[in-house]
Amino acid sequence: MEDKNNGARLMKGNEALAEAAMRADIDAYFGYPITPQSEILEYFTLEMPKRHGVVLQAESELAAINMIYGAAGAGGRVMTSSSSPGISLMQEAISYIASAELPCLLVNVTRGGPGLGTIQPSQGDYFQAVKGGGHGDYHLIVLAPSSVQEMADFVFDGIRLAEKYKTPAMILADGALGQMMEKVVLPEEGSLPKTEKPWATAGKPATRERNIITSLFIDPEKMEGINIRLQEKYEQMRDEVRFEEIALDDAEFALVAFGLSARVCQKAVDLAREKGIRVGLIRPITLYPFPKEAISNLTNKVKFFLVVEMNAGQMVEDVSLAVNGKRPVYFKGRMGGMVPTPEDVVEKLESLVHSLRKSEI
Amino acid sequence: MQEDTQLNGFEVVYKKPVTLTDTPFHYCPGCGHSVVHRVLMEVIDEMGIQDKTIGVAPVGCSVFAYSYMNIDMQEAAHGRASAVATGIKRIHPDKFVFSYQGDGDLAAIGTAETIHTVNRGENILMIFINNAIYGMTGGQMAPTTLLNQVTSTSPYGRNCETMGYPLKITDMLVQLPGAYYVTRQSVHNVNAVRKLKKAVEKSFEYQKSNPGTCFIEVVSNCPSGWKMTPVESNKWLEENMFPVYPIGDLKVPSGK
Repeated sequence: MEDKNNGARLMKGNEALAEAAMRADIDAYFGYPITPQSEILEYFTLEMPKRHGVVLQAESELAAINMIYGAAGAGGRVMTSSSSPGISLMQEAISYIASAELPCLLVNVTRGGPGLGTIQPSQGDYFQAVKGGGHGDYHLIVLAPSSVQEMADFVFDGIRLAEKYKTPAMILADGALGQMMEKVVLPEEGSLPKTEKPWATAGKPATRERNIITSLFIDPEKMEGINIRLQEKYEQMRDEVRFEEIALDDAEFALVAFGLSARVCQKAVDLAREKGIRVGLIRPITLYPFPKEAISNLTNKVKFFLVVEMNAGQMVEDVSLAVNGKRPVYFKGRMGGMVPTPEDVVEKLESLVHSLRKSEI
Repeated sequence: MQEDTQLNGFEVVYKKPVTLTDTPFHYCPGCGHSVVHRVLMEVIDEMGIQDKTIGVAPVGCSVFAYSYMNIDMQEAAHGRASAVATGIKRIHPDKFVFSYQGDGDLAAIGTAETIHTVNRGENILMIFINNAIYGMTGGQMAPTTLLNQVTSTSPYGRNCETMGYPLKITDMLVQLPGAYYVTRQSVHNVNAVRKLKKAVEKSFEYQKSNPGTCFIEVVSNCPSGWKMTPVESNKWLEENMFPVYPIGDLKVPSGK
């Protein structure tokens, strides 16, 4: 409900994201129900008809993502959402979309895996999201919200970046961010103008050559050329790196965490500082492109890094690559839908600091 | 115009439609695909809807259909052509959209998309080439392969006990309320080609008012996969395919 506090509302993450998508002027949403993100599909089926947009509950995630491929190729501003197993099912087409260079927004409200797993929140899909996910050499732009506000805001950022680079962008959230309610100020309607898409399949007038949307280039030299272009594009995307630094000015140690884990770590920073441990937090917001320079720069300042994730240790590999052996990189994680507590993090931190002090004596 | 009707003093009675590119077809000699491509493009040219038509190519022998068709096209993943066509049509409801798929694509890996596209009554034309074999991958058994038919993956003939029966998917689709016009045609002789052209014309004519899905199965040949000459393959088609997949309309709009 609208209140008097600058248009702030109390909303569920999934619903805030769906409402933001309406305001971002999405032409079409294609999806399939799966917990913990079905509210997105439900919100679209309720609201989209009032706004004259397309909403379609497909027969499977497979069909939904291929409808996205068709509709994005036809020039529509389109999105889909799902949760971990459903996103796995979409991977073939996501590879096609990346190769054919079509803009679209994908949302993964993740759950614990592997397999059918659990419906509780997890960050076990980090590798799948940032390393490509499907077959071949490609990347998505990956944005990791850590609040309901960012669930809404990143819809706009995701679409803007997807259209700028003609590539699929993914919001990598998790079940907790999708389900929890927080205060949110929704982005303004109409603040994301439509872009020209002269390459779209909209019917070939006599004045131009036909437009073909394909990812098939049977001549390997040509296919390598496509790959080179994609890699150059991913290099350009480095300009879009985003991260947040908290309490790092005087920090001796750095926590690294994204999404919900970063929320946990924010509290852990407060608790640790109460105990006299000068720790800060760096939160990657773009998981791809990854803020490797920002992390690398911290090696001049902090004695070690502690990476906290809701998985068996995935982003920690990218942090280690960025640190490149200059400082120790440690890991604390919970798996299968379990969320670490701030106390868990502080406990790990204290034992690492203790070991360090002992070795320094 | 003079050039259209006269060429070096001769009267032009037959020519390539503007909707076909100059790229030579890669299809095997005698294959039905090129004829179906031509029929489809002739209709689009004659109806003057080149600028309003968007096609979807499948995975299979016709994977390069967009090389020959001079219209906006998208190449779909294996089995997903009708989902891709759905996406396009939902963005452009006022345009003509068709999918072009083979039997492996439409009736095996893409069965769910096929059924649900028709069940939603998507306002597209689906063209289904049934030659009872996987041509592009080298002649493997298809869902529509006939009983006892020898293929590279049914080397002792298709045995219903372990390999199931020829899937008459077109007959299944007729049951769905979303199907508006369903017909089975062929391209093995001139008369058949003319009838196919009529079916394509009707389908695009219907699509002007978006009344539901139009579905044309084309019973076709595969001389290479069947290991026959083109002439032998057309004879085999008449004697073996038609009894299982009889030619004719399966569903026509009421009152038409």
